[in-house]
Amino acid sequence: MAELEPVIGLEIHVQLKTRTKMFCRCENIWGDDGNTRTCPICLAHPGTLPVPNKKAIEWTVKLGVALGCEIAPRALFHRKHYWYPDLPKGYQISQYDVPLCSAGRFVLPTEEGDRAIGIVRAHLEEDAAKTVHVGGVGGRIAGAEHSLVDFNRGGTPLVEIVTEPDVRSPEEARRFLQLLRQTVVELGISDAEMEKGSLRCDANVSLREPGAEFRTKTELKNMNSFKFVADGIAAELARQRAVYESGGEITQDTLHYDPATGRVAPLRSKEYADDYRYFPEPDLVPVEPPQEMIEAARRELGELPGARIRLLEAEIGFELASGLVTSGRDDLYARVPGDRRVVANVLMNQFAASGVDPANVNAEELGKLIEAREAIPRAAFADALAASGNGEFSADRYLAEAAISDASELDPVIERVLEANEAQVASFKAGKEGVLGYLVGQVMRETGGKANPKVVNERLREKLRA
Amino acid sequence: MRPIRPTGLSGCRRSAGASDSISTHSARHRRGFSTYAEKRVVAWGAPWGLAVIDTLRLTAEEAAGLLERNEVSGEELTQAYLDAIDERDAELHAYLHVVGEKGKGVPLAHKDLITTKGIPTTAGSKILEGYVPVFDSTVAAHCKEAGLPILGKTNMDEFAMGSSTENSAYGPSHNPWDPTRVPGGSSGGSAAAVAGGLAPWALGSDTGGSIKQPAALCGLVGLRPTYGTVSRYGIVAFASSLDQVGPITKTVRDNARLYEIIAGRDPCDSTTVDLPAPVEIPSAEDLKGIRVGVPRELNEAEGIERGVAEQVQKAIALAEQLGAEVGETTLPRSVDFGLACYYLVAPAEASSNLARYDGVRYGYRTPNNGDLTALYERTRWEGFGAEPKRRILIGTYALSAGYFEAYYGQAQKVRTVIAQEHAAAFESFDLLISPTSPTVAFKLGEKAENPLAMYLSDLLTIPSNMAGLPGLSIPCGLSEGLPVGLQLIGPEFSENLLFRAGHALERAIGFDPVPERLRG
Repeated sequence: MAELEPVIGLEIHVQLKTRTKMFCRCENIWGDDGNTRTCPICLAHPGTLPVPNKKAIEWTVKLGVALGCEIAPRALFHRKHYWYPDLPKGYQISQYDVPLCSAGRFVLPTEEGDRAIGIVRAHLEEDAAKTVHVGGVGGRIAGAEHSLVDFNRGGTPLVEIVTEPDVRSPEEARRFLQLLRQTVVELGISDAEMEKGSLRCDANVSLREPGAEFRTKTELKNMNSFKFVADGIAAELARQRAVYESGGEITQDTLHYDPATGRVAPLRSKEYADDYRYFPEPDLVPVEPPQEMIEAARRELGELPGARIRLLEAEIGFELASGLVTSGRDDLYARVPGDRRVVANVLMNQFAASGVDPANVNAEELGKLIEAREAIPRAAFADALAASGNGEFSADRYLAEAAISDASELDPVIERVLEANEAQVASFKAGKEGVLGYLVGQVMRETGGKANPKVVNERLREKLRA
Repeated sequence: MRPIRPTGLSGCRRSAGASDSISTHSARHRRGFSTYAEKRVVAWGAPWGLAVIDTLRLTAEEAAGLLERNEVSGEELTQAYLDAIDERDAELHAYLHVVGEKGKGVPLAHKDLITTKGIPTTAGSKILEGYVPVFDSTVAAHCKEAGLPILGKTNMDEFAMGSSTENSAYGPSHNPWDPTRVPGGSSGGSAAAVAGGLAPWALGSDTGGSIKQPAALCGLVGLRPTYGTVSRYGIVAFASSLDQVGPITKTVRDNARLYEIIAGRDPCDSTTVDLPAPVEIPSAEDLKGIRVGVPRELNEAEGIERGVAEQVQKAIALAEQLGAEVGETTLPRSVDFGLACYYLVAPAEASSNLARYDGVRYGYRTPNNGDLTALYERTRWEGFGAEPKRRILIGTYALSAGYFEAYYGQAQKVRTVIAQEHAAAFESFDLLISPTSPTVAFKLGEKAENPLAMYLSDLLTIPSNMAGLPGLSIPCGLSEGLPVGLQLIGPEFSENLLFRAGHALERAIGFDPVPERLRG
């Protein structure tokens, strides 16, 4: 049997950060105390009617343009029915056969060249409320004592993006998702944070012989980090491979990936009925995005992240370029002076770890700091990076203040270290200069990493030669 | 976590632009009604010098005149209706909740699916027992702004599904002309209230004929407006693409007055539109230059009672005398397919609209809720009556995967054909004319066990409803001592023409809307 090829399609949900909800005037903020952002409309009181959020339509058009989609001249809302307490009307207002955006193409740069991932559609709908299951394991419904519903999230504008089954590996899925996230963030339409649920990803996964017919797919639901998306898909591909190798068949299931065990398990099927009884929402008229809206979206579209990766690649290589762009740090990278690779590396590693918002950084000062990084202890460098977002951050002042360079302060520590490490002192004196690094490390540890390693080095040599 | 109650009470707010148009609206009303006093509606009780208001006869316009001339106070006027309710509602059961708000204007009754802030709104269903809305429907808000106090909420078939009020979870209403008979439905409570002198005017809602048919059976004027002219915001939904609120009144002029108050675009209802022209209160007494078409199928349908046909024939002859150009026309497929088409579209939408009644957030909740499925199933089993259950079943089936195209999809196509047929008829005629209901008021229980016979009550009102067209029912005589309704159908937004023609015919017919047995 030929090596089976993964066939992966993604369904991505993006919550729009509009001021108000999709179909009512409730503020679109959640995380507050439960059920504080509700009204008769988003609680589906009898007689209430939806009024579409114009901003949400505009932003969906914007996203559609960025994804290279066709924008429907006359899109329809449909009702999608299922029973669950998170859905107060008993149906979700969504889109069905005429979505706002369709037939797009999203270019994913890779080391081997561009991969075009087809976009089937991007449509606008309302998010469900949030159910909280109390007393079960891991917040799941199985075994829960009771469930609570928080309607603050109910009615948040949500864009669903569906890709063609063009993705060929878990890693590619992760990269696609990261690039898409960055695109959405740059459009300013969503925070798109997976851990907060404002960006969610499901995956349709199957295997096939290359070029052959598609086989039965399974659906992996709600993986809430980029890593879990890749890991979940990998786990499911491994499971399917094993099933085929043992002569079995795959059944069309909805699965949940458990990062704790690394396994996939079927979801309770009742939560996802298959017959949604779609029909055109009679409470709404068709959405006709004005030509000016579409043209404005095209006009205001900046250079997309994918293209920027390609531009940076020549300078610093694909990995760093891709990392900088998808983390939104390429703009800072362009502004920070210094060796290109060094700057890129620092931005992708130590700077990333600092959690500083690139927008707040004085690039000149950051450049100076990076330039001097070898002269200062790792911890002091980290501290300096963490402070680099403050308005009056100055690299020189920080370096001067942060590191202990004063010999009178360092000498007692150095004495103590030398006394405690007679063996190493002896071997240094016997010509093994390599031990010096160990001794520097000991001094750094004693000073809590605050000593200026350059000064320590000098003082140690002096004392050992004495 | 907080309990699931709305924290933003308004839900939808009509924007600044819209409130502007609303204030112009009320300003028109504050100018007051022109009055005419042909009949004696107020007698002066000699010993006490107090006005005795004949609520059976008083029209809303006359009531407005009394208020304007300070002959009675708003309080006295409302009290007169509350007294009448005390006297006769035990027999008629027109009301589900009597409110008796005091105010300066002419009081009115709302069908109990019109959401009223702080006042129970049950839609005639047990599943909404105890539900008290936190917001006003747009029509209720318009009436409030026009200064019309609420007398109460009227009985109806559960979720407006029915033609007799016998499907109300709270027991049927009775026809003031003969309490052994139904008042029609689903707005039967509103019709019984107005005909029985328990309200000067009332609002109903019409999906398949629920305003026109009870108006006909109770000897009243009922308007089903053009779809999209009256806001559905806050109207408990039955079939969203058909539901429309309209007035039930004693006269055509009253009807136009109330329509003027409730009509207009509402930012809270995306399906509403601006009226192309202001509402005109009719005064013409002739039909000169109006071309009236008599669709053969609507006038010769099987099941039209001989007495009904005779009264309608007389009215058509009268129309000709008043100067109308009368001619025959045809709507071949509208009548053949209208009813079948309606009974796919309406239940399909109802099955969706009624999904929200799950016992989670408001209304009835079963005491036997073991788990989520039991909560849903038992709440709905115990909370809904037989007719909603029947329609939910039909509608769910019609929308199911694999059946959608054959049923709902096909029905929508037929709807287009029906609209085209009507449009073709309106190329030659300004109005169409027919009986409203094939029969006069039938006996309570006569059709209650036979849903198909009950559905035929709406045979003649459904086709134009499916086309979204306005229709006015006016009384045109008696058959077997019971009122017969005449249906006038016009093209979209032709309410002014319907009022004009209805008013002229009303004058010529001279129908007395007070039930014979109640005439003093």
